[in-house]
Amino acid sequence: MSTLRVVIVDDELPARNRLRELLEDCREEVPHLVAGEAANGVEGLQVAASAQADVVFVDIHMPEMSGIEFARHLQVLERPPAVIFVTAHDQYAVRAFEVNAVDYLTKPVRSARLLAALKKAATGARLARGVLESIDPAPRRHFSIAERGRVTLVPVAEVIYLRAELKYVTLHTRARDHLVEEPLSQIEHEFGGVFVRIHRNCLAARRLIRGFERSAETEGEAGWSVVLEGSDERLPVSRRQWAQVKALVS
Amino acid sequence: MRKMQSIRQNALPNALPDFRNLGVMSRVLVLANALALLFAMARSREFADFAGKFTEIAGQLEPVLLLVVIVLYAGSPLLARLEYRSGVLAVGAVALAATAAFFPFQGRLGGNGDWRELAGSLVFAILATGLLDWYFYLRNRAFSPALSEARLQALQARIRPHFLFNSLNAVLSLVRKDPKRAEAALEDLAELFRTVMADNRDLTTLGDEVAICRQYLNLEQLRLGERLDVKWDVEPGVEHALVPPMLLQPLVENAVYHGIEPGITPGVIEVRISRRGDRLALQLSNPYHEEHQHRQGNRMALSNIRERLQLHFDVEASLETRVVGGRYEISISMPYRNVP
Repeated sequence: MSTLRVVIVDDELPARNRLRELLEDCREEVPHLVAGEAANGVEGLQVAASAQADVVFVDIHMPEMSGIEFARHLQVLERPPAVIFVTAHDQYAVRAFEVNAVDYLTKPVRSARLLAALKKAATGARLARGVLESIDPAPRRHFSIAERGRVTLVPVAEVIYLRAELKYVTLHTRARDHLVEEPLSQIEHEFGGVFVRIHRNCLAARRLIRGFERSAETEGEAGWSVVLEGSDERLPVSRRQWAQVKALVS
Repeated sequence: MRKMQSIRQNALPNALPDFRNLGVMSRVLVLANALALLFAMARSREFADFAGKFTEIAGQLEPVLLLVVIVLYAGSPLLARLEYRSGVLAVGAVALAATAAFFPFQGRLGGNGDWRELAGSLVFAILATGLLDWYFYLRNRAFSPALSEARLQALQARIRPHFLFNSLNAVLSLVRKDPKRAEAALEDLAELFRTVMADNRDLTTLGDEVAICRQYLNLEQLRLGERLDVKWDVEPGVEHALVPPMLLQPLVENAVYHGIEPGITPGVIEVRISRRGDRLALQLSNPYHEEHQHRQGNRMALSNIRERLQLHFDVEASLETRVVGGRYEISISMPYRNVP
């Protein structure tokens, strides 16, 4: 068995210390090394990526980014590590983990459970697609993009609009554009309160819509375009969406 | 922990109300006058007659009522020591005596001063006290034992399991490297749970309540480290004030859970306790995280504390919350009662 590279993400220092102690106790049975530690999800993503983690222990209840959202972002990595959730008391999450056969440990962590989870991770077991979304359907706070082995996070609040182009969806912010590998329909479903569908291929941030302009003729008839704060682009509104979009500005 | 005598107005359904409580007094005045109104209605033949009759009855009633209320206020500690039955009789005797005492002056207040008038007044006094006794008995029963006792217990045993398990985990992390600190932490934890699980029906001193909060915060400090900063501003002397047990601790716990834990940067919890005349003012504030506040847990704790304040102090206590300048603030105002 090759040495597992372990990363621990928990906002509480004593909890990280405790986990390291227990890991040390089972080093003989499952060879591993602690390749990194982080106190929150944002740091954790960088640590997990640069340490090329095989296994990540992550606390569910953390500030800024929950453990579940962290694990979702990890999945954009080319070779996502196994995720083992740790929680003090979260009946809802624990039930969901059981149902979906997701690995988790409860605090205080017991070494027998830790060893079992570590052994399972060593076999290469990974999270199934879509499991995390079904466990916690709450919208993420960030989009994640894998770039050269790193994870770039874009806060959802900074996104002005998203447009589907051929195979990818382009995400536009004031600073720059990003390509994300998620279908537009899924994004619309997750962030219905934040973005509104203005066209078959486009979602716009609801709170940034400033008004409408008459646009040049397309497909034989003149239509309307959306003016968005923070962007010079004028995005056409499809006739199907017009009534709904117009109602957002009054 | 020292246990203080109960000053709850409804420790048992068979107990006299606390005659020094503003809410009790106003209820007595309103109900007695409502009864006078009914009497006036019954005694007047037509509507035009009614206003005059009521003024007449009220003119005779008010001085008596005032005297009764003053006597009950003064004699409240004595009455509290009597058994319920003797207490009821004593209150009835006070009412009758006051009515009789004012009788010689009733001529000047619009009465004609004959013995039938006196008999009518005495009957009114007996009816009014009986009705009030009955009202307070029903009210106590509605608030009391089964329902509110159960609720009190449930409310008070409400330290978050999240806190217990995280704390145990933090203590375990110390056992190997720093056994002394682990010991101290377990002692704090034991003391805290002893208080939570105690029979918390009686009032406790503010000093004890603050001590419990400090033990709780020691444990949180253990796992949150420098993320948690607490500023205490406790006016010297107030530690002898009587407060409902577990009044402050759930609020401090909420402040940590909703104000400190969701933040990446360190946050400050401020607790200010001061005496303003015969009022005790408690103020607690923590950083406000919009998406994390006003959750079920917070609302539950607040309504729980409101309810207990009401049980102990009726309308004389208040609890208010607001968000000011990025901070969530809770203010409690209640009567200042000292250890007897």
